[in-house]
Amino acid sequence: MPFKERYRPNKASWLVRAGAFAGLAFMHIPVFIIILYAFTTDDRTYRFPPPGLTLRWFEVAFGRADIWQSMSLSLLVAACATVIALILGTLAAFALARAKFPAKDSLTVLFVLPIALPGIITGIALLAAMKTLRVDPSVLTIILGHATFCTVIVYNNVIARLRRLPANWVEASMDLGADGLQTFRYVLLPQVATAFLAGGMLAFALSFDEIIVTIFTAGKERTLPIWFFNELFRPRDRPVTNVVAVIVIAVTLIPIVLAYYLTRPDDEHETAR
Amino acid sequence: MTSAIEFRGVSRVYGDVRAVDDVSFAIEPGEFFAMLGPSGSGKTTSLRLVAGFDVPTSGQVLLDGADVSGVPPYERNVNTVFQDYALFPHMTVLENVAYGPRVRGTSRSERARRAREMLDLVQLGALGGRRPAQLSGGQRQRVALARALINHPKVLLLDEPLGALDLKLREEMQIELKSLQKKLGITFVYVTHDQGEALSMADRVAVFNKGRIEQVAAPRELYARPATAFVARFVGSANVADAALARALGLPQPFAIRAENVAVLGEAGPSPAGSHCAPGAVLAVQFHGAASRWQVKLDAGEVWSAMVTEEDSRALDGLAVGARVRLCWPRAAAVPLNEAGAF
Repeated sequence: MPFKERYRPNKASWLVRAGAFAGLAFMHIPVFIIILYAFTTDDRTYRFPPPGLTLRWFEVAFGRADIWQSMSLSLLVAACATVIALILGTLAAFALARAKFPAKDSLTVLFVLPIALPGIITGIALLAAMKTLRVDPSVLTIILGHATFCTVIVYNNVIARLRRLPANWVEASMDLGADGLQTFRYVLLPQVATAFLAGGMLAFALSFDEIIVTIFTAGKERTLPIWFFNELFRPRDRPVTNVVAVIVIAVTLIPIVLAYYLTRPDDEHETAR
Repeated sequence: MTSAIEFRGVSRVYGDVRAVDDVSFAIEPGEFFAMLGPSGSGKTTSLRLVAGFDVPTSGQVLLDGADVSGVPPYERNVNTVFQDYALFPHMTVLENVAYGPRVRGTSRSERARRAREMLDLVQLGALGGRRPAQLSGGQRQRVALARALINHPKVLLLDEPLGALDLKLREEMQIELKSLQKKLGITFVYVTHDQGEALSMADRVAVFNKGRIEQVAAPRELYARPATAFVARFVGSANVADAALARALGLPQPFAIRAENVAVLGEAGPSPAGSHCAPGAVLAVQFHGAASRWQVKLDAGEVWSAMVTEEDSRALDGLAVGARVRLCWPRAAAVPLNEAGAF
């Protein structure tokens, strides 16, 4: 009689596990290939395996003024859009977290709409609005365009945290003599601080690599994603694009990982009741 | 003397629910006052009206003789111990207790001193540096108590404060709360659904039902002389004869009779002197140690219970479920009720 494998409720079957690894590989191998070709010695074709490895393209990339320009523009846009988003998103979250009024649900949907709509719609709408108001595309219009969806990210993060807070913390604070402002400062703010930071980091990362809304609002300005897009049609120094890609991965990955750790529900918040 | 708290015709209506319905009562300074009732009876809403978390739809709430409508919670000399304690998780125990003085602008050293004093009062002196998450339920309860007492309130509101604790701890805390209240001499308003808790601790108990107060009385009186059928059932677990049942038993007025005053007798035989008897059939017998609870379905309809001592139970040996019996009670032990009070 053959041995039957013992039933283990916490172990996935080998089929599920193989599927999971295949899925992960499918998503991440292209990223590793992009990173790999930042170090190739071949500057025209993407031969596999690369004929040799070099750090030369990093040197070339750092020497090019157009990359530096696009990079600093993208950082500026992301920083400004994030600041606007932090202010507006946090205010909106506080306003809507506890309020009860008839149109609340509709208003909530309106707040989240910029991220639910395809970027191309947001882009066209912003372009049309700019034309109507006779505003020329500039760095400012890019920032405002990015602020639309960045605000949603911050709003979502902060309101999710606010909803998790027990209502009677506010009551306890007021009961002990704190007015609204003191309650906000001593009880609510410490509780939403990490959600606030995480929202800001996600917004920054999102803005940094945004291209669709940017194309419609940028005019002659070139953010880093637009620089990439143009570079695809110029086959010279191909690996330089990969070098920039590696830098972009680093710049966006760090805030996303930090945001993940900040919003992870830790034991203290959950059990202290 | 001015009452510490007074309700004058207070109602709180949510949509078409009358959570508190035209309630009037007064609580004297230094009193241990319990608000007792099942969930949804309006006791917690009444407490929130005193704290200022909610405002009456109509009527007046007076604290120390002054109408407090429109006075926010942070300007009332009243503090609350919440059911789930509502401790701030990002602050240490000491910071939680010192929160009241802190928001009132007390200096850092002064408020730390007072917080330590309070922690000593509730016997948690050594735990000031911990976070609430690192404490047991009973310890959190004490922190909530210390935090609410540090502002020297005239009135302390307690919303089912022992509900989350296990039985043994609950009994210890009952004794401690009572002695704390005596020591501090401040008014305690204690909300609970546990009649044992209300009867054992309070000077007076208000029994809430459906947003109204059925009776306000001292525990002994409440137990001996329930005014309504609801109070008789909820507080004393008494047998109640409403108007219809009383008529069926040949008695003029609704009344209540406690189970320990009811005797179980065999079907035939003379009624004891000065007693009333009603026939019925045994539904169940529950053994409770020193006594057994006999559930008897009266022929007149209701199920009544009788507490029968072990000695008397032995005399009834052989009577099984379904057996025909008589329930008899001394006429003098029946408590007349004000109203039919079916619920």
